[in-house]
Amino acid sequence: MKKLMLGNEAVARGLYEAGCRLVSGYPGTPSTEITEAAALYPEMYCEWAPNEKVALECAFGASLKGARAACTMKHVGLNVAADPLYTLSYTGVNGGLVVCVADDPGMHSSQNEQDSRHHAIASKVPMLEPADSAESREFTMAAFELSEKFDTPVLLRMCTRISHSQSLVEVGERADVPLKEYVKNPQKYIMAPANAIRRHPVVEERMEALTEYAEDCPLNRVEYAADGNRELGIICSGTCYQYVKEIFGDNANVLKLGLVNPLPVKLIIDFAFSVNRVVVIEELDPVIENHCRSMGLDVEGKDKFPIVGEFSQNLIRRVLGMEVPESTSADEQIPVRPPVMCAGCPHRGLFYTLAKNKVTVIGDIGCYTLGSAQPLNAVDSVLCMGASVAGIHGFNKIGEGQNKTVAVIGDSTFMHSGMTGLVNISYNDSKSTVIILDNSITGMTGHQQNPTTGYNIHGDPATKVDLEAFCRAIGINRVRVVDPYDLDACDKAIKEELAADEASVIISRRPCVLLKSVKTKAPLTVDTDACRGCKKCMKLGCPAIHMENGKAVIDATLCVGCGVCEQLCAFGAIREN
Amino acid sequence: METKNIMIVGVGGQGSLLASKLLGHLLCQEGYDVKVSEVHGMSQRGGSVVTYVRYGDKVYSPIIDKGEADYIISFEKLEAARWVSCLREGGRIITNIRETDPMPVITGATEYPHEVLNSLEGKGVSIDQLDALALAEEAGSQKAVNIVLMGRLSKYFDIPTEKWTAAIEECVKPKFVELNKKAFELGRNSK
Ligand SMILES: Cc1ncc(C[n+]2csc(CCOP(=O)(O)OP(=O)(O)O)c2C)c(N)n1
Repeated sequence: MKKLMLGNEAVARGLYEAGCRLVSGYPGTPSTEITEAAALYPEMYCEWAPNEKVALECAFGASLKGARAACTMKHVGLNVAADPLYTLSYTGVNGGLVVCVADDPGMHSSQNEQDSRHHAIASKVPMLEPADSAESREFTMAAFELSEKFDTPVLLRMCTRISHSQSLVEVGERADVPLKEYVKNPQKYIMAPANAIRRHPVVEERMEALTEYAEDCPLNRVEYAADGNRELGIICSGTCYQYVKEIFGDNANVLKLGLVNPLPVKLIIDFAFSVNRVVVIEELDPVIENHCRSMGLDVEGKDKFPIVGEFSQNLIRRVLGMEVPESTSADEQIPVRPPVMCAGCPHRGLFYTLAKNKVTVIGDIGCYTLGSAQPLNAVDSVLCMGASVAGIHGFNKIGEGQNKTVAVIGDSTFMHSGMTGLVNISYNDSKSTVIILDNSITGMTGHQQNPTTGYNIHGDPATKVDLEAFCRAIGINRVRVVDPYDLDACDKAIKEELAADEASVIISRRPCVLLKSVKTKAPLTVDTDACRGCKKCMKLGCPAIHMENGKAVIDATLCVGCGVCEQLCAFGAIREN
Repeated sequence: METKNIMIVGVGGQGSLLASKLLGHLLCQEGYDVKVSEVHGMSQRGGSVVTYVRYGDKVYSPIIDKGEADYIISFEKLEAARWVSCLREGGRIITNIRETDPMPVITGATEYPHEVLNSLEGKGVSIDQLDALALAEEAGSQKAVNIVLMGRLSKYFDIPTEKWTAAIEECVKPKFVELNKKAFELGRNSK
């Protein structure tokens, strides 16, 4: 029977059916549900790793031992895992090894719009790109076959629209794939220079063999227009294929590429000569287009289509000079609705205090990035995971001001790549103040466990990293914990630690208010007679508070009674009911 | 059959995922090819969220573009107006009339356009406006707004009520089935 499945769930299904034994991942939109869905199959060992490099290296270990293994991450995660990837290309695999990576054209939930195909090209690793959920399952299974046939890790490239779209999938049974024998093989697995120099030619030969394979592999296919018109030929892959079919239906000449690295040569040339005009339609960078040009083909592509943002059927229609459907819009200005910190979010009290103290905040990535939004406006920089802790050290090494600057980082992000930055602060002594926002969960990506939460991916009890002990062990003497719902305590902690003449860590600790285990309180109310309309409570940017007729009003459906606004009100107008 | 397009729009956290699950399930049962697309992640935190449901003989694109939606189901007034450009000529908006202020309105940077639906109607847009929150409360939970709206949508479909209720039974936890069936009825029978 066919089932409606997310692309990510279909990848997990593919892992299961391919006999994969181990899946290690680090959450990141839009890739997260692959690992979450994989964890529902008891036949596979699944885990959240502290970061993507660890996830890939863990999968490498399982592959070395002879098992089929996979790891998952978002596009920027592949940067973190790039180090093992590039050399895994040299060692090759024992059991099949698949690296699932999800791009985010349009940056729905990302800090950049990088195109992971460049990593495939640079690391000389084959990459598959499915165009719907059914293909997500099939290509995952094909990736294992390729991995073992060509002795290479294989990248599976997902993107937001494939990962987060449900479409119909015909599922099968799990294959019984025996463990391969582990045989010690230093020439293949010890990548010291003398061995690696002999492995490099193997990589080059493998790319040639893969290019050969690309010419007539079932992952790439040509569809000719049913009406016989050979004017326009389109080369595309992934979501763009769906947009093209949406526009032309069966009346399109399409070369659909499923193996996006390496790209075929003859297949493309033959296709190009079978039509009058070739247009390459690809989101992000002109990878296929540049390949065509390098073969001397005169194709159209980024001269017409944008490099920035995601495509849609109308965007393609417009570029190709076709009509787009009529549409109306409102005459009124429609206010934007940006994401906000939830009512009762423990991050809010801390950011309010930072803003009040006019502190420079070297930020990081997580729900707390929202501390940068109006009205708190409390963050100065956000670069990549871990860059807050590492960055403040450099910031503070230059000139004055270390008593006016803090780094903020979430618990998951600290485990991911903040720890090493803190070691640097301690070792190279910058007297920096680091605030770990410990909300006991990986919030931004939708509540995944991490090493600080005390639970594993299944929600079973696990070893919990003791953040205080960790910080002390690496040489930070000043470590203190505050409750971010307590504004006075936050204020005191921040002032004292900034004034201290040594490095310090403040752990701002309170679980995410959306966690099921958190008991919220009754909503607060405003005594309209006592309220003077000073709008001090409005400085919190709490979605549960707004002004009506000059007085503050609390929305009882949103308020969870955290009491932070109550502490701010000088007139005692905000109270428990 | 040509592909039909339904959009579900609202504010992150309002429960659009259950509505799209229900529709996806129902339309699969009816034998259609179906695609349901949603964006997870950042936008869940009180931001504007959109889900696309498409069905027909063969569905290609996962998204619904400007001028293509047959129905826009909205959990909130402003969101209905935000996405109206996706409505095709002759399409219909089904919206809850309740207002949820976005942050720029809360901070006073801009105002909420309270009359926006009326002016859209003035431009000839078909809009079903209902107080879905009140109906959900009547059914027993504010959270049932999604199913109230599904009830209203069902009026425009040739699919018998039993099939909708069967889909509800499939998609919600047993202890909430009765509540949601009631919410569905209230939505379906609303004026
Ligand atoms: C290299 C990399 N991997 C993954 C992500 C996706 N991501 C963004 S923030 C985040 C973790 C947030 O968790 P935490 O630090 O605990 O903060 P919270 O959201 O709970 O406040 C993740 C996994 C990313 N941006 N970059």
